[in-house]
Amino acid sequence: MPRITVTVDGITYQEDVEPRLLLVHLLRDRLGKTGTPIGCDTGNCGACTVMLDGMSVKSCSVLAVQADGNDVVTIEGLAHGNEWHPMQKAFHEEHALQCGYCTPGMIMAAIDLLRDDPDPSEETVREGLEGNLCRCTGYCNIVRAVRRGAREMSQRSMPEQAEQTEREVRTP
Amino acid sequence: MIPAPFDYVRPASLDEACQVLGEAASSGDDVKVLAGGQSLLPLLRLRLAYPSALVDLGRLPELRGVEDRGDHVFIGALTTHDEVLRSGVVRERIPLVALATATVADPAVRHRGTFGGSMAHADPAGDLPAVALALDCVFVVRSGEGEREIPAAEFFVDYLESALEPGEVLIGVKVPALGPGWGFHYEKFHRTAQAWAIVGVAAAVRRSNGTIEEARIGLTNMGSTPVRARAVEAAIRGVSIAAAGSNGAHDPVRDACAGADEGTSPPSDLHAQPDYRRHLARVLTHRAIGVAGR
Ligand code: FES
Ligand code: FES
Repeated sequence: MPRITVTVDGITYQEDVEPRLLLVHLLRDRLGKTGTPIGCDTGNCGACTVMLDGMSVKSCSVLAVQADGNDVVTIEGLAHGNEWHPMQKAFHEEHALQCGYCTPGMIMAAIDLLRDDPDPSEETVREGLEGNLCRCTGYCNIVRAVRRGAREMSQRSMPEQAEQTEREVRTP
Repeated sequence: MIPAPFDYVRPASLDEACQVLGEAASSGDDVKVLAGGQSLLPLLRLRLAYPSALVDLGRLPELRGVEDRGDHVFIGALTTHDEVLRSGVVRERIPLVALATATVADPAVRHRGTFGGSMAHADPAGDLPAVALALDCVFVVRSGEGEREIPAAEFFVDYLESALEPGEVLIGVKVPALGPGWGFHYEKFHRTAQAWAIVGVAAAVRRSNGTIEEARIGLTNMGSTPVRARAVEAAIRGVSIAAAGSNGAHDPVRDACAGADEGTSPPSDLHAQPDYRRHLARVLTHRAIGVAGR
């Protein structure tokens, strides 16, 4: 059985895996990261979306062995302690979910699309979320939430950067 | 579903990959090459495929990248769709590839799925095979015995079947860079929730002085392989582009597109019957030429 090393939400794991083990099953069944759901067998729904080395992927369409040596971030790795990620907060505040099944994948895909456009238009958001299906909301509130989350993220990144510089300066 | 068990090999070099594939070929093992896995893994999960082993090319950086070689652009087989879309060379020199790639699946799939993988998978509903056929791309293939080149017209053999022999691996594709005067468009009809083309049309059009001098048209999902709309290519020569799409008036481009479905055998599935696909081929070809010829 191949042995892989993979970092998930900041913790590095070594796991012996069957080659056929899907990344999403590694996350859910081995590491207990059940925040990432499975919604389909065809790679269509996007519920299982996570970040792999900083880019969104559908974890049902990646083998665990393919993630060997890589860095994974799931929905469970977004919050800082008790404080939600701005995108999580925006989904809450804009009522961007009903059953919530699509939400973890939506949030990961939303954060991914901001890499190319930190202040996306409605159309850019809809295109960026093309691979994520929601059966409940009709998408309107999701789009609104992504744009709000984006605004909050760019506002937040400025003081954070300043704070970091301050810390670096202070360190002897 | 959980895929059926298989062995897994991750070669560290292209030579090793060729050796592994060569050995599997001579012992008759049913191995599959794994690139990005975005078509293969769903097939395994649906248990529509039962390979005995996967040979993962994912860690061969030499198969990755886009290179401008003057008369053509070479795209390494392992280059992801996302990398293709971010390549300035692709956008400027072979824009039809960029236009079609932008319609492939969704961002997350494009981060993993590869240019070469979509070709070798030879799905007639895939967008890139029709582009390769329209542009007369050349497929560069390697095995333990050496390298050979396969023209696009011979590469797509049947449904999900390419001209790759057991033991061979696709290392890249030469995409001819057509000169100035050419316009391009990829027109695709699909359901919003699924990016597979019900029908797609890849069009390259060379125009001068308001007339169409030459056109190359590749059709997606109009048979068990991508097909060239040769009847349209012949009928469109010398036609004035100015009248295309003109409302009500006689439109010679539309007349030329009446034969877009000639020689095709479109499939029937839950999305469309053959006669509807034939209709789509005519309408979408007209639209594609209208945009490409502008
Ligand atoms: S569960 Fe991964 S795309 Fe549906
Ligand atoms: S909230 Fe139910 S699927 Fe999106």
